[in-house]
Amino acid sequence: MRRGKKGVPEQPETPESTPETPEAPEVPEPTAADDVVPEKEEGSPSQWQGVLREIAMGHALVSVLSVFLAVVVGSLMILLTDEDVRTAASYIGARPGDFFTAVQEAISGAYGALFRGAIYNSDAELFETKIRPITETLKYSGPLILAGLGVGLAFRAGLFNIGGRGQMLLAGAAAGWVAVSVDLPIALHLPLAVLAGALAGALWAGIAGVLKAKSGAHEVIVTIMLNYVGYYLVFYALSQQSWLQAPGSGNPKSEAMPESAILPKLLGDKFNLHLGFVMALVAVVFVWWLLNKSAMGFRFRAVGENPDAARASGINVGRTYTTVMLIAGALVGLAGVNQVLGTATSGVTVDLDAGIGFDAITVALLGRSRPLGILAAGILFGALKAGGFAMSASEGIPIEIVLVVQSLIVLFIAAPPLVRALFRLPKEATA
Amino acid sequence: MTLELRGITKRFGPLVANDRISLTVEEGEIHALLGENGAGKSTLMNVLYGLYQADEGEIVLDGVPMTFAGPGDAMAAGIGMVHQHFMLIPVFTVAENVMLGNESTGFAGKLDIDAARERVREISARFGFDVDPDALIETLPVGVQQRVEIIKALSRDARVLVFDEPTAVLTPQETDELMAIMRQLKESGTSIVFISHKLREVRAIADRITVIRRGAVVGESSPTATNAELAALMVGRPVELTVHKDPAKPGADALVVRDLQVTDATGHVHLDSISFSIATGEVLGVAGVQGNGQTELTEALLGLQAHVKGSIELDGHQLVGRSVRKVLDAGVGFIPEDRQADGLVEDFTLAENLMLNRSHGKPFVRFGTIRRKMLETFASEKLVEYDVRARGIESTAGQLSGGNQQKVVVARELSRDLRLLVAAQPTRGVDVGSIEFIHKQVVATRDSGVPVLLVSTELDEIAALSDRIMVLYRGKVIGIVPADTPRETLGLMMAGERPEGVVA
Repeated sequence: MRRGKKGVPEQPETPESTPETPEAPEVPEPTAADDVVPEKEEGSPSQWQGVLREIAMGHALVSVLSVFLAVVVGSLMILLTDEDVRTAASYIGARPGDFFTAVQEAISGAYGALFRGAIYNSDAELFETKIRPITETLKYSGPLILAGLGVGLAFRAGLFNIGGRGQMLLAGAAAGWVAVSVDLPIALHLPLAVLAGALAGALWAGIAGVLKAKSGAHEVIVTIMLNYVGYYLVFYALSQQSWLQAPGSGNPKSEAMPESAILPKLLGDKFNLHLGFVMALVAVVFVWWLLNKSAMGFRFRAVGENPDAARASGINVGRTYTTVMLIAGALVGLAGVNQVLGTATSGVTVDLDAGIGFDAITVALLGRSRPLGILAAGILFGALKAGGFAMSASEGIPIEIVLVVQSLIVLFIAAPPLVRALFRLPKEATA
Repeated sequence: MTLELRGITKRFGPLVANDRISLTVEEGEIHALLGENGAGKSTLMNVLYGLYQADEGEIVLDGVPMTFAGPGDAMAAGIGMVHQHFMLIPVFTVAENVMLGNESTGFAGKLDIDAARERVREISARFGFDVDPDALIETLPVGVQQRVEIIKALSRDARVLVFDEPTAVLTPQETDELMAIMRQLKESGTSIVFISHKLREVRAIADRITVIRRGAVVGESSPTATNAELAALMVGRPVELTVHKDPAKPGADALVVRDLQVTDATGHVHLDSISFSIATGEVLGVAGVQGNGQTELTEALLGLQAHVKGSIELDGHQLVGRSVRKVLDAGVGFIPEDRQADGLVEDFTLAENLMLNRSHGKPFVRFGTIRRKMLETFASEKLVEYDVRARGIESTAGQLSGGNQQKVVVARELSRDLRLLVAAQPTRGVDVGSIEFIHKQVVATRDSGVPVLLVSTELDEIAALSDRIMVLYRGKVIGIVPADTPRETLGLMMAGERPEGVVA
């Protein structure tokens, strides 16, 4: 009656969670007295947040199996949309061999193309062209990792940051503004532009944090709404000559970024991979340190797991919400900076987020809100993005298949009991 | 109806929760199942109720072996259960809850709520329950909600009623009323299984007592057995039920509370200008029925309450208006009444829980980084010192039993440099062995010169540990009396009467 986890009365304790002390082999029953306490006015995690935590921080195996399942379903879709397979299926009774050959060709063709597009192109002649796909994958994964960290960090403090899009837009606009409106040497100009972007992202997300801390406004609602506000704010800025619009242009777009504010290419001009990926790696290390080693991250996690106990332990829960949203926003903001100053340097537009603000949620979920998990998930999604283009170009497989696979991953992660049931994973001695 | 459990064994992986348990409950008998938290009582009852399937053994009703695939089968066979967490829907009425899962419908699926109402009235009348079928569950006191659970079971013609730790949520008066109801049920021929770890209640109500420990029956006893005998059976060794302590040597007043008023956000007054003081080396026990302002008092002392007027001075420093962190820094130790909600982060390791309120600086944090080595050494020492039974400091708090969880909280608070200890319900839901240990720690804290505020709804605990007793009733101090005040007098005071000679 008290909170989500204990809400189901007499939920049997899982065998794994029982202590195995030699002298006390006891099944911890939820004791009666523990559940008799009057409810708190505010701040107690709702049942919904318990579910959210389960989804955001569930078991690693569930992540892996979810990807696997999504790929299986994706493969079926490839087969269903493949002309040769469909033709062969129409006379499967007469010549089943044809059907299975067609199936095999469709599948190996699709994943071969995905591999050549995302990791190593064995068909190319030059070595540089051969390894180009992996650099593309890393390029795409950079902003996914950064934004994924921003969403994942907020998750760990019990906050659902859906505002990735708005934060990226504001950050991109701020970085773009610094890039085009001041004239400095690269050693100053680039860091200043990056910083401005991170700051803008931090402040935009910080609004949700402050509102949550001061008034209890739910961060999901606030961040979603701030996406709209941010979108139209940036749109407005891009339509005003006095603000960001390129001089003499009628389009909602800024000037191209000057050389001194562009993230340098890492492997020379033949590859698109730029400093943004290094930024992402540094961010992974930073968030890992923050969550696992620092006192501040300790407080984030305490607030995320049990805000009541955190408050009773002298942790200022409201301030923690604000701080974590500031940092999360800065991380998401860096993803926006990565786009404007690295990947698409032709100018700031309202499409600069390229769906990354929302993909970041998937990345954070798949990475179970842990920095290294997010790194792996970000690279996987980067590979799907890079390989998806190749798959569509060489095999004629609709690019949407990749999106379907991504969406299915989320679906399966959000339904761990389903995945467990499908693979007969032992979990929870279900009554 | 005679209920017989024969050799019930239930395993969870390598863990044997029930080991060949056999017991017989005769018709019209109250059979108590006594055991500590985690002894396997609830598992056994869940087997009986069809929530778990036994790995071995059988359930026999009136000589007929039964198999229950689920609670539905158990109910149909005449077994009813009053759960310790009520299975009621708060926004439904009593009648709606009673018919839930057993709805009779009329034309086009229309619910026959009138029949349910009638059923509630009839059962209420039979046992003198005084329950309004149209009252919303959420508006009812806990004791009445429990009666709704009983009505629900009886409305399905339960002949065997299982009460799972029913008194844990009740006030002393409600407990007495429940016992009267149980006797009445027994008179009408219902067989009752009464699960509890409270010796006093078991001896007061049971006809027979079966004691289980670590999943196995360790003995049968009669209600004439002494508390000490039952406790020894339950724990497996002789237990000190009385607390040995020297007379207090109170010093100067350390905590001085004047005209403390606590209201909630809606303006409802929970504490109405109360004043008291605690000297160094003294335990002030706060007695009262739950919900008479104790929670608000401890929270106000810690700075957790938002609307506080008046003055709380500790060693001459004003605490009202300070943040929780500043209050903790002033040397206030806090054992919250609900350790799982306010005392621990269940998914954190024991080491992390032991530094939960010390994440802002020395000794565990330097340059914003947690000093793991130091913390690990500290945590390992404390687990030994406070006898916390766990695999190690990397176990999570949620994996521990209630008693061990509480010892972690106690270890954390007592290992700080304290100027005041606020202990709210420190032994609630804690096994007998741990109670003994925690009581000794409270007395040792007092003897080291720290003033202690002890809140408990168990009069035995208050009487055993306190040097003076303050009784709260509806947010007011009814009186502050010496520790040797008779139970009857305290009971009257808890009901709001001020006996002669007692000054507020």
